[in-house]
Amino acid sequence: MGKNSLIGGSIWEEYSQKVQDLMNNPQNMGEITEEQAKEMGTKLIVADFGAESCGDAVRLYWAVDPETDIIKEAKFKSFGCGTAIASSDTMAELCKGKTVDEAVKITNIDVEKAMRDNPETPAVPPQKMHCSVMAYDVIKEAAASYKGVDSASFEDQIIVCECARVSLGTIKEVIKLNDLKTVEQITDYTKAGAFCKSCIKPGGHEEREYYLVDILKETREEMEHDKLTALADAKTSEGEEFGFEDLTMVQKLKKVESVIDENIREMLMMDGGNLEIVDIRDTDDGYTDIYIRYLGACSGCASSSTGTLYAIEAVLREKLSDKIRVLPI
Amino acid sequence: MRVYLDNNATTIVDPFVYTEMIPYFCEMYGNPNSLHEFGSETHPALRCAMDRLYAGIGANDNDDIVVTSCATESINWVIKGVYFDHIFNGDKNHIVTSEVEHPAVIQACRFLESLGVKVTYLPVNNDGVIELDTLEESITQDTALVSIMWANNETGMIFPIEEIGKICKKHHVLFHTDATQAIGKVPVDVIKAGADYLSFSAHKFHGPKGVGGLYIKEGKVISSLLSGGEQMDGLRSGTLNVPGIVGMGKAMELAVENLDFEKNSVMRLRDKLEDELLKIPDTFVVGTKKQRTPNTILISIKGIEGEAMLWDLNKAGIAASTGSACASEALESNPVMEAIGAEADLAHTALRLSLSRFTTEEEIDYTIDIINKAVKRLRAISSTFSYAPDWHESKL
Repeated sequence: MGKNSLIGGSIWEEYSQKVQDLMNNPQNMGEITEEQAKEMGTKLIVADFGAESCGDAVRLYWAVDPETDIIKEAKFKSFGCGTAIASSDTMAELCKGKTVDEAVKITNIDVEKAMRDNPETPAVPPQKMHCSVMAYDVIKEAAASYKGVDSASFEDQIIVCECARVSLGTIKEVIKLNDLKTVEQITDYTKAGAFCKSCIKPGGHEEREYYLVDILKETREEMEHDKLTALADAKTSEGEEFGFEDLTMVQKLKKVESVIDENIREMLMMDGGNLEIVDIRDTDDGYTDIYIRYLGACSGCASSSTGTLYAIEAVLREKLSDKIRVLPI
Repeated sequence: MRVYLDNNATTIVDPFVYTEMIPYFCEMYGNPNSLHEFGSETHPALRCAMDRLYAGIGANDNDDIVVTSCATESINWVIKGVYFDHIFNGDKNHIVTSEVEHPAVIQACRFLESLGVKVTYLPVNNDGVIELDTLEESITQDTALVSIMWANNETGMIFPIEEIGKICKKHHVLFHTDATQAIGKVPVDVIKAGADYLSFSAHKFHGPKGVGGLYIKEGKVISSLLSGGEQMDGLRSGTLNVPGIVGMGKAMELAVENLDFEKNSVMRLRDKLEDELLKIPDTFVVGTKKQRTPNTILISIKGIEGEAMLWDLNKAGIAASTGSACASEALESNPVMEAIGAEADLAHTALRLSLSRFTTEEEIDYTIDIINKAVKRLRAISSTFSYAPDWHESKL
């Protein structure tokens, strides 16, 4: 938004000279035939990839040395716009001389960087970054074909934004670490969603499995949940600061248990007795009633309903709250 | 050589139009609504321009032709004005339009949908035109407005406007037609069309940019979009664009005068270009020649993506247009192409060539030559012309 985006129609002005030259004169356009591959003593690999939303399709030819796995020659054919042609051409160029394993590591970002006139200026406008993704995908297809594996096996993480190659893990981490609240912030921090914008929300250029709007919402919910848990943990360990009355029933029960464990149970056990908490209830008059049952020697002991009971109640009142009543059953 | 074949996007200002506009920049620059001579000396030219506009579309003197800034403004005014006057008060709650309208219509309707208005977007057939039966079935007691274009900007297809006008009249529904692509190409008569509202823009018929008009039938005045001073009888406030109005008037006069030239000479050149391009194997054009405005061709050249074709043409100095998503700032494919859906790959391969009365035979010959060369080059690169994998959606 702002001054530079108000007048449209500037897509072509943002192509680097290299992109323009490759559009006019692609260097690796064409095919490799079986005969040519044989002459080079190589194995011919032909791979296809189609980006349905673009209507684009690219076909990659590799002549691979079976001894060394080195790609001796690479050619392409492409149905696509000018930048798709330039990206495919650059991708084929980058494959040459590399082993298949090395070639799989070439990303669409490498392709785009290789088309820059100078390192600081992008080779294509943001929305055209998408064209280079197809070039990346077809390499995976070719490598999968050469190795006889599934192309999905080359991707070990979930990529949310293909243009900028940002993973789901990275996006969630950045949201949490920086307390991000908007999709624009995610884009600023990670570049995800800055290019073809398909991954921002449904209805864009391409259908995606994950969208930034959903990831943001879910991550914020997770953060909220984590915050509550942390708060609850803090309350359990430092209950006094929060006030016994504010705690949940479970937290109250835990508090009562820990006070009894630390201050009372040992005493009872010395006399061969014990107690268990049967129930805990908040009453309408603002008290918390704790129902206990005596065990062992305590059950039937005369002071269990008088002195011992008062002592237990006094300890809980002192440690936790005046509004506690202890009721034996 | 530079060849301009994108006249459905905008046109050259006719030098006669330009000449008439010149005095209203530095000599007669007064505000027409001022009482002094600086203001009043602009009136004869403005009256003349209004006469030409009324005559140009066959409007009655009691109707209004309000000058606006462009067809987009005129269209927004009609759609939102009808909302203010007939929908907001609870009388009606439905608008009918088509899937292939200009974005000004589609987006204004989408906006009203966000306010709770029901909108029917009529589908089109393989020629890109709506079916009259479907239109009639879509109109209900609740319908406030039917908005259908006179001619389509991408395909040039002419809609059966008179029949549409009759259907609207029969059902007592207001009828707006976007005639932006029709004026200067085919005869436009608001009375015959039975239109209550008609939008147009000067720069599509060799007038200046930034000026357009809205025809409003007598008795069908709607609330204003622009509130302010008493210009244009208070219907559309804002200081009058004097040179623009003068230019639009002259452009309208010339457009009407040249209708025969358009129908004969422009169409002959268009047909020549079309026939030559169709000699290239695996090409097709949307709609028959007779159904289209005389200047437009929408051709699909199999295996060649639209932006790549534009690139090659531009290198040779030729201006054309494509509906391909790759050529859009937002990477969105053109909904008109998708609505037609005649061939799955139209949305990617469509090339629009639109001529004008300024197009020459020499330019057409040159264009035929350049397109043939571009097809040869790009099909050699293409992976889909001779081949497409079975699973690929393009089915090329």
